Amino acid sequence: MKHFDVVVIGGGHAGTEAAHAAARMGVRTALVTMSESDIGVMSCNPAIGGLGKGHLVREIDALDGVMARVADKAGIQFRLLNRRKGPAVQGPRAQADRDVYRHTMLAETRAQSNLAIVTGEVVDFRVKGGAIAGVVLKDGTQLEATRVILTSGTFLRGVVHIGDIARSGGRFGEEASVRLAERIDDFGLPLGRLKTGTPPRLDGRTIRWDLLEDQPGDDDPTFFSFLTRETSARQVSCGITHTNELTHQIIRENLERSAMYGGHIDGVGPRYCPSIEDKIVRFADKDSHQIFLEPEGLKSDLIYPNGISTSLPQDVQESYVRSIYGLEQAVIVQPGYAIEYDYVDPRALDATLALPTVKGLYLAGQVNGTTGYEEAAAQGMVAGLNAARDVQGGEPVIFSRSDSYIGVMVDDLTTRGVTEPYRMFTSRAEFRLSLRVDNADQRLTPTGITLGCVGQRRSEVLEDKMARLDSGRHALSEQTFTPSQVSAVGIRINQDGSKRTGMQLLAFPDVSFAEIERLDPRFSAIDGEIQRQLEREALYANYIERQQRDIEALRRDEAHVIPTDFDFAALNGLSSELRAKLTTTRPGSLAQAARIDGMTPAALTLILARLRQRSGKQSA
Amino acid sequence: MDTIYALASAQGRAGISVIRVSGSQAHGSAARLMADVPQARVAATRVLRVDNGDILDHALVLRFDGPGSFTGEDVMEYHIHGSISVQQALLNWLSQQPGHRLAEPGEFTRRAMENGRLDLAQVEGLADLIDAETEAQRKQAVRVFSGALGERVEAWRSKLIRAAALLEATIDFADEDVPVDVTPEVTELLTAVEGDLDREIRGSFVAERIRSGFEVAIVGPPNAGKSTLLNRLAGREAAITSDIAGTTRDVIEVRMDINGLPISFLDTAGLRDSTDEVEVIGVARAMERAEAADLRVFLTTDPDDLPLVPKEIDIILTPKVDLTTDLNSGISGKTGQGVDELLAGISEIFSEKVAQSGSATHARHRSAMLQTKDLLVETQRTLSQGSAAYDIAAEDLRTAIRALEALVGRIGVETLLNEIFASFCLGK
Ligand SMILES: Cc1cc2nc3c(=O)[nH]c(=O)nc-3n(C[C@H](O)[C@H](O)[C@H](O)COP(=O)(O)OP(=O)(O)OC[C@H]3O[C@@H](n4cnc5c(N)ncnc54)[C@H](O)[C@@H]3O)c2cc1C
Repeated sequence: MKHFDVVVIGGGHAGTEAAHAAARMGVRTALVTMSESDIGVMSCNPAIGGLGKGHLVREIDALDGVMARVADKAGIQFRLLNRRKGPAVQGPRAQADRDVYRHTMLAETRAQSNLAIVTGEVVDFRVKGGAIAGVVLKDGTQLEATRVILTSGTFLRGVVHIGDIARSGGRFGEEASVRLAERIDDFGLPLGRLKTGTPPRLDGRTIRWDLLEDQPGDDDPTFFSFLTRETSARQVSCGITHTNELTHQIIRENLERSAMYGGHIDGVGPRYCPSIEDKIVRFADKDSHQIFLEPEGLKSDLIYPNGISTSLPQDVQESYVRSIYGLEQAVIVQPGYAIEYDYVDPRALDATLALPTVKGLYLAGQVNGTTGYEEAAAQGMVAGLNAARDVQGGEPVIFSRSDSYIGVMVDDLTTRGVTEPYRMFTSRAEFRLSLRVDNADQRLTPTGITLGCVGQRRSEVLEDKMARLDSGRHALSEQTFTPSQVSAVGIRINQDGSKRTGMQLLAFPDVSFAEIERLDPRFSAIDGEIQRQLEREALYANYIERQQRDIEALRRDEAHVIPTDFDFAALNGLSSELRAKLTTTRPGSLAQAARIDGMTPAALTLILARLRQRSGKQSA
Repeated sequence: MDTIYALASAQGRAGISVIRVSGSQAHGSAARLMADVPQARVAATRVLRVDNGDILDHALVLRFDGPGSFTGEDVMEYHIHGSISVQQALLNWLSQQPGHRLAEPGEFTRRAMENGRLDLAQVEGLADLIDAETEAQRKQAVRVFSGALGERVEAWRSKLIRAAALLEATIDFADEDVPVDVTPEVTELLTAVEGDLDREIRGSFVAERIRSGFEVAIVGPPNAGKSTLLNRLAGREAAITSDIAGTTRDVIEVRMDINGLPISFLDTAGLRDSTDEVEVIGVARAMERAEAADLRVFLTTDPDDLPLVPKEIDIILTPKVDLTTDLNSGISGKTGQGVDELLAGISEIFSEKVAQSGSATHARHRSAMLQTKDLLVETQRTLSQGSAAYDIAAEDLRTAIRALEALVGRIGVETLLNEIFASFCLGK
């Protein structure tokens, strides 16, 4: 029997991030994967980041996680989305070379100290007195650990559908984890069923690139990691084409042969990632849909046609693909398919992603009803840090809606649950203007340093940035300028007699650093990176001040932690409806309780009162 | 933390009303309201003046310094004269003070709790508070949505959701097939809601209603004795009375004070089909006015044959009881029989109305509407900076929607996402 502190099941995006986080914290960690080649596999499109998702990747990086570094290494086309909008809603995105991503992730994982890669399939949990004690592999090997993180993705009762053919599988060509699913049933967790899909993969050599419009990356790439300075791989473009009337006609005529429309699938799919069948049925008046042709890698001929995910039979896939401009001769290397799988209702989890009902068991990634690599990795980070922290006997690491997108996601999942595969959007974050990609390090790295999961180099980089930022901020705040001084350098301003600091002037919508530099030569001494950062701070300063009160109120409520053994049923005076909601959701803090639908201020006061009574008794 | 205020005594007209203010700004706003704020815990009378120097009221003022107060924060208590217009005036003034907002139900108690100022017995009492709050919320929601306001509120809600969804779609789905410039449509939606809010805010002042008076229409077939009744009420010949049907062509108004409530009685033209052109116009106008009035008194011998559908609160009476033998349920303008009972009934109906629709509910609605409107104006200003500022415009609009939530209920992100997914074909 081998002994570990933390065992992570599955080497996908949640699993690798969880294992790395725990190992960085210094506890003995094992990552169990079916094979080494499964580590860092992207099941779907070869891209990382985007809006909301890019925020998550930056936050992972701020805590010294692996995803950002690996994605930068594998990036073959970088684009900053929303480049022309405010910095709060810009998101970095990159096409990634699938093989480079996998190899780099494997190399990072091998190189990480305290982290062992164990190959095998987990078929059982070891349980002692209601608490997790380890896992059992298919070949009989036993691993001992008091904290286990399950990140099995779509492998729980996964069923792959291509047209009317359905077979059990965790992904195309891979077995589902049937025995593990049965074991999980014994825990009595609330399960649900979701579905997702993927498009056919094309042979790039059979595509008429010369006919198609291309989409190059940005000239000055924006990276995921605060530590990356340059691209590693050769940069390429994506191609763009469109569906047409004929494509739509073919699909319409074959709708009943689609797994989704033929009634073979019960799971709920994501509305923001619909199949081509869905698009054509729901938006019948649109006669064309855009398709991005994304290369899967520099050495690969595979092309991922983003926009036509499907569960139609293979022959129909072939004929509709070939109806598309530039794809007339295209060869399908792997057909598109839909997959249905079980997920655990995340309301059963607490804010550390642990299951209060099975001590020592954590869940992260798609198994919690989310979709996307970034969402999975961010959860892996939360579970990994907390499992290690728990081993070390420290306080739990709780992310707040007011400090990170990670906090927003964990809170959404654990208080509201999911009705379709959950994906991050910037609109989910009510404090969006302060949770930016440019300040993820300022927001989270200090926490990481305190926890001990951040390396030397990153601490130094942050320290240096903070020092430069402070001195820049100071220079821009210590001196005020009269309206006439300000207009003398060409800035339009009301002659209202009020003096303003450089920071206040920067807050004007049409004033940039170049203008205020003329006010004081010392401003020019501030380096470009810090100038941009101060511009961003100034732009939102008024709003952030306004949000501060909300943030304070939220923090106060978050500080009122509700213990896991708190008896909501015993609260006198609550309506039975509210009591039922509280009992299923089991909010971990007053803040979480406040977000339950139908919650009233008086009911919160009642919970607070009971908390006070308890703490009074305990200290007495 | 916000400074909160609310009417602490019962709603409606009373001898004295108490308005309580709690929070770090409570003493600050008091200093703007009176020449000098009294010492803590010493009751004193003060003249309250609003910003332009107009006297608001002579009040008994009490100051408490935190933590030695009910909530544990700085507190002011204003014991003012209990007329609804004085309450409204002070609540309005407070709503305009920086950092002040109307308290949520139970919020004073919540703060007291937070600051360790409640004992266990008081905590037990919270159960009642929750019941009361739930009931009040239910009533308020029903009132808003079933009342005349209901349809408008529903329309605002869907317009604001649409506007926010448009902005969010351009932000969160920038690399997909969504429109790039949504400013024109968003502007149009917001302008429409702003206009509606303006009208509603103006109409919402109970004080104004009290000044202009409640309207009671007297309705009935020609020659039912409407004018005679009006004359009896007015004590003078206000309407022309004659025995020829159709004498009263115009709407005639008489204003009276009944138990302190200003009430206008309207004598409408006899409601009947007519061929006389002038009378047709008169009848149409009468119908309109009668519909719009706050209350209708029907004079008819045949309750099954009424010219208008009576509303729940309306009064139906047999006219000219002096000519019949049925002495109980009728009225006579001529002899004055039943007039006192009628007046008492009307007075009761309106007193109840004032108490119900007054203060808290209305103040809450109005402050929600005022705040929303200001924030919508702000949103429009940001929108004019173009799509580069959509993130800030979206923030303004989000705050506006939150302000309106007091009226329409919660509009969560999911609602916006639903609208986005229903409107645009997303997903690459
Ligand atoms: C067909 C398909 C289409 C998708 N489409 C999209 C999309 O369009 N957009 C999007 O954002 N996301 C999409 N995704 C989702 C995205 O791939 C996942 O959300 C993400 O990879 C989840 O990460 P994870 O770590 O939770 O799980 P995975 O990446 O699935 O990793 C799970 C790992 O656990 C291992 N494992 C499972 N059971 C065991 C066991 N018993 N013992 C040992 N190892 C085990 C598996 O081998 C696998 O390596 C799609 C996924 C699939 C399968």
